[in-house]
Amino acid sequence: MIVDLIVWPTLAALLWVNRRRPLLWPLLALALLLLFNRVFTPGFFVLEIRDGRLYGTLVDVLNQGSKVMLLALGMTLVIATGGVDLSVGATMAIAGAVMARLADVSVPVALGGGLGVALLAGAWNGLLVSAFRIQPIIATLILMVAGRGVAQLVTDGQIINFEQPALVYLGNGALLGLPFTLALVLGMFVLTALLVRRTALGLFIEAIGDNETAARFTGLPARPVKFLVYVFAGLCAGLAGLVAASNIKSADANHIGLYLELDAILTVVVGGTALTGGRFQLAGSLVGALLIQTLGTTLYARNVGADVATVPKAIVILAVCLLQSPVLRAKLAGLRRRPPAAATKEGTV
Amino acid sequence: MNLAKLRPSAQILPVLASLGVLILLYAGGCVAFENFGSLRVLINLFGDNAFLGVAAVGATFVILSGGIDLSVGAVVAFTGVLIASLIGHGQPPLLAIGLALAFGAGFGALMGALIHLYALPPFLVTLGGMFLARGLSFMVHPESLSIDHPFYGEFISQTLSVPVSRRLAIPFTAFALLAVVLAGAALARWSRFGRNVLAIGSSESSARLMGVPIGSTKILVYTLGGFLSALGGVVATFYMQSGNPASFVGLELDAIAAAVIGGTLLRGGVGYIPGTLVGVLILGLIQTLVIFQGTLNSWWTRIAVGGLLFVFIVLQQLTARRRE
Repeated sequence: MIVDLIVWPTLAALLWVNRRRPLLWPLLALALLLLFNRVFTPGFFVLEIRDGRLYGTLVDVLNQGSKVMLLALGMTLVIATGGVDLSVGATMAIAGAVMARLADVSVPVALGGGLGVALLAGAWNGLLVSAFRIQPIIATLILMVAGRGVAQLVTDGQIINFEQPALVYLGNGALLGLPFTLALVLGMFVLTALLVRRTALGLFIEAIGDNETAARFTGLPARPVKFLVYVFAGLCAGLAGLVAASNIKSADANHIGLYLELDAILTVVVGGTALTGGRFQLAGSLVGALLIQTLGTTLYARNVGADVATVPKAIVILAVCLLQSPVLRAKLAGLRRRPPAAATKEGTV
Repeated sequence: MNLAKLRPSAQILPVLASLGVLILLYAGGCVAFENFGSLRVLINLFGDNAFLGVAAVGATFVILSGGIDLSVGAVVAFTGVLIASLIGHGQPPLLAIGLALAFGAGFGALMGALIHLYALPPFLVTLGGMFLARGLSFMVHPESLSIDHPFYGEFISQTLSVPVSRRLAIPFTAFALLAVVLAGAALARWSRFGRNVLAIGSSESSARLMGVPIGSTKILVYTLGGFLSALGGVVATFYMQSGNPASFVGLELDAIAAAVIGGTLLRGGVGYIPGTLVGVLILGLIQTLVIFQGTLNSWWTRIAVGGLLFVFIVLQQLTARRRE
């Protein structure tokens, strides 16, 4: 019952604060989904404290969702510049593989190696997009195809296990009773938000996504900014990869981050950032990630197999796409205002 | 006049380059390994990669129109499971195949309609399609299902294959691949539909101003993509004699890679269907080479494909920039 006293007022306050902002819709969807679970899924809101640590489905949602939340931070900025990064899943696999490989050397080397190689992967994408001027979807496709092969090269095709307490703590440890991954996500979120909202960087990113040529003519350093955005996405993917490897205490090059790039893109779009770029909702992406993760956990709690769970996910993707479609919005607005039929038809093209 | 004559050769350059890579790879394999040049290897190259080739032709059409189809692998898997399940329930194979093809076309048409009518990004709609088809295939049957029917056993693998020698025959799937590539090439080159697709891929707004029917063409191109994915799935059932809902994960990437290596620009408007066949054969040859080499591990295939993708994309970028 204490959980109810915390969750619902928080959600209500968030909804009220954002009542005129784009964040309202993903928040509302999340609130409805939680309400559904409160009523129909027994045990969903049960939390218990064991060994000074919180356990329960809601904590699982936060812990499991942390990887996609990390990816979504980087992906939001990439998408805001009008690009997309398909390689983050493969980058996760490489970072996890390097960390596991270096685990025996020392913990700082393992962490630094994993993050370093992820930064390199991001720099490679950034170079292709900004210097070679290759379309982002194509440029990052290269690493998406080759990256998992590179990760397998690093692990020599084996699944490398590690036991170092510090590395295991990263994905499984607790801080103040909550999963450490949650602190990691919050830290990265605050850092990113400060970087893009307290400096001009966010404005630059939005200007480039809106109209790159115009941005360059006004003197914005379009190419360096784009390069940095991909490096940042690489860093986020690296962190997510380290967490993913730590979760299972091993590096599985075939499965770490598989299809997570698609989840991350979906999350960002659900959160209210348009794929066309030009504006972004950093907090929206986190809410989107929570929404997708809660949906997944809900299905799991209701005994829908993971294999079949892609069907509701597909329905969510299509529903969100439709809700964001300018055509459908124009039609709905037309229904409300009843303008002459010809005017809306012209607008659909 | 002079320029107009030059342009096709500049566009066809990537295709010639990939043809060169194909020949080099094949020649290299023949020099390095004893039995590489045998007819069996060549026939298997076509037969084993037929399903990928058929699906890749569909993906190429979608890319030519400026779109992308991420649902290829899932639709191929769904088709296989659907056919295996229908035959398992006593339905005649031809009916099962017909239903699967109709499903593929309908599925593609639905995605195309969403993309066109609601101006949605193809990337997201086909991503939704991928999740949907993958989930549906697990709903049809949760695990691998073998096809046990005389039509599949004798008819496809013996009656319809063409014997070359006593122990070697060209499988039916190889012919299916060639037929689809030829038909696709003709459709892209000489039909009104093909020209409309290329026009939309080059510039949708110009195409609209010229009076090209945008809506019907776009919906048709995704319908064709879905149909060819399903046909790829049918070909795959001939080859594997089973349907598996967990199979062909990431096939869409191979299809896209084959199209790009074959000279199709991912931003649409430029490309050749025969080039896609070359791309598919290159992917197949890399795999064969890795198998022949023996000590190389399978992940080298992915790295090699990624490296080739990089080379060809940069090559495209350089030729495109020179033209500007």
